[in-house]
Amino acid sequence: MRRAELVMALVMAAFSLYIMWKSTELPVGWIEGEGPGGGAFPFWLAAGMLVCCGWIVLRWARRQSPPSRSEEPYMDRTALRVFAIGAGSLLAMIGLIHIVGVYVVIPLYLIFYMRGIGHHAWSVTAPLALAMPVAAFLFFEIALKITLPKGYTEPAFYPLYEMLL
Amino acid sequence: MEILGLLLEGFAVALEPINLALIVAGCIAGLFIGAMPGLGSVNGVAILLPMTFLVPPTSAIIFLGSLYYGAMYGGAISSIMLGIPGASTAVATTFDGRPMALQGKADRALVAAATASFVGGTISVVLFTLFAPPLADFALAFGPPEEFALLMLAFATFIGLGGDDIPKTFFSIFIGLMFSAVGLDIVSGNPRLIFFDLPGFYHGINFLVLAIGIYGIGEILWTVETTRGEMVVSRAAVTIRGVVRALADLRHNIRSMLMGSFLGYFVGILPAAGATPGSLMAYGVARTMSKNPETYGKGNVDGVVAPESANNAASTGSMLPMLTLGIPGSPTTAILLGGMVIWGLEPGPMLFIEHKEFVWGLIASLYAANLFALLINIAFIPAFLMVLRMPFTVLAPVIFILCVVGGYAPTQDMHDVWLMLIFGVMGYLMRKLDYPLAPAVLAIVLGPLAEASVRQSLIMAHGSFGIFFERPISAIIMAIAIGLFAWPLIMVVRRLVGPARAD
Repeated sequence: MRRAELVMALVMAAFSLYIMWKSTELPVGWIEGEGPGGGAFPFWLAAGMLVCCGWIVLRWARRQSPPSRSEEPYMDRTALRVFAIGAGSLLAMIGLIHIVGVYVVIPLYLIFYMRGIGHHAWSVTAPLALAMPVAAFLFFEIALKITLPKGYTEPAFYPLYEMLL
Repeated sequence: MEILGLLLEGFAVALEPINLALIVAGCIAGLFIGAMPGLGSVNGVAILLPMTFLVPPTSAIIFLGSLYYGAMYGGAISSIMLGIPGASTAVATTFDGRPMALQGKADRALVAAATASFVGGTISVVLFTLFAPPLADFALAFGPPEEFALLMLAFATFIGLGGDDIPKTFFSIFIGLMFSAVGLDIVSGNPRLIFFDLPGFYHGINFLVLAIGIYGIGEILWTVETTRGEMVVSRAAVTIRGVVRALADLRHNIRSMLMGSFLGYFVGILPAAGATPGSLMAYGVARTMSKNPETYGKGNVDGVVAPESANNAASTGSMLPMLTLGIPGSPTTAILLGGMVIWGLEPGPMLFIEHKEFVWGLIASLYAANLFALLINIAFIPAFLMVLRMPFTVLAPVIFILCVVGGYAPTQDMHDVWLMLIFGVMGYLMRKLDYPLAPAVLAIVLGPLAEASVRQSLIMAHGSFGIFFERPISAIIMAIAIGLFAWPLIMVVRRLVGPARAD
């Protein structure tokens, strides 16, 4: 936990410096007749972030914040496994949306999570895996007229559009 | 009397069939979301906001307002039956609610919680009805310096009252404001902070992307990790006779209910405080006022009644500054406020003049939502007990999918979905290190207003920060804000000086 506290503060400090540098693409000073330049607001906010990171590191060095005193691991094995499954599966899901689209990914994801991790019976998994993409289609494409990304499966939906819209 | 007429018009809006249906749907959704351990009103509102694009803004906010209420009622259910707070707002309810359930008095605890929620909700909506119009009138005179001072006050409450690590709270505020600056500069129109020249940053970072990332993905990752253990659901047989008897017994608890309602309402108005500290404070006050404080924590009904009336009252209280001043009183209302901007409504005092039907429709719907939440809650207690047994391996993927499609819908850009995942993962990692995340969500919603008001003020004053202290209202608000910012510092100094004096 102690090391994680320091690493997070340093990463965020580097991020603040990057934002400060990025803000200077627009003027950060006072422009006569116009007021503060466009970059001033984010520049000073990022400067504030940097100061906070310094403050967090200072408290870390003095062991004042709870995480900097904690002897517990930042992530134990179970936490790491749960996090890897959750974040990793989301990463894969969002990546796959670009290729095969939302309507293929939703059932795949539900089957993966409910069968693979939850060990639920097909009798629970299958109805949900079938109902959810249909509901999403009716809600977004038909009711809201928002087209969700479909990747290479786009042509398969042309007949549906012609039928329903 | 004028208020009464406006309220009647509001009821005409709230009781339209579609709105009435949405009130019921919102209450049910809220009750379910509140009852699920780890999910609260803020998660529900963040995840379901994109789904409300289907209906007009007035109906949308009525639905989300009812959901907010429902979640406050629902939070008590898992606090009592599982001993795990259904939402952070129901933490104090576990103290006496769980012991009651273990003593076989779960039905009494559930009825007490629901009734107290109803009383707290009703009293606070009446207060809201009386306070909102004069406050909005008063706020009409506000210019950019006053607006900026109010925003400072909102952020200062997080520092002075939030109770979190101070540098981390400041950091959270700064990073939220900074994200709101991404996109096009409001004055010159020049592109600003376009990271890696990705075109997706030109339309700015939608607050929903951050809110869903943090409250959808980040929180679920957190909940999945923390609730890995087995949960034990208490048994509760709910009979009509039991409910009637429990209701009759509640006459002894009226004092705690009233205290919780008033306290919760006024605490709820403060931006950083909201329902969680409001309910904890109400619990503390109830115990202090009690003749036999030693019974608290062992199943005292007052210990359920006080926090439950307070958290509902606080949820109404937090809507007061949102509607009248355009400053949200809680993370949930911050998201509602962002939603109002998406719907094309400018929050603030002008709302009471230009969109009367919206404001009064919402207020009237709160009266109705309160009643429906009570009835649905008591009638369907067994159904909510089933929710508690719903495994997270079903819930988590469904919520993740809702997050992904919900994050895509507002801008229809996959760029935002990726960004949401990054925010979710970072939010989870930072939360583990005690970084408070609510200030960042509030900040990204208020950021554009903060930047506009500070820049306009400085232009008015030719670059002098003195303008914030020369105008009377702004000076008073600024002074309070600075006091709150400095509060932790004063405490540190007192701690340093204190022991020296004792020597």
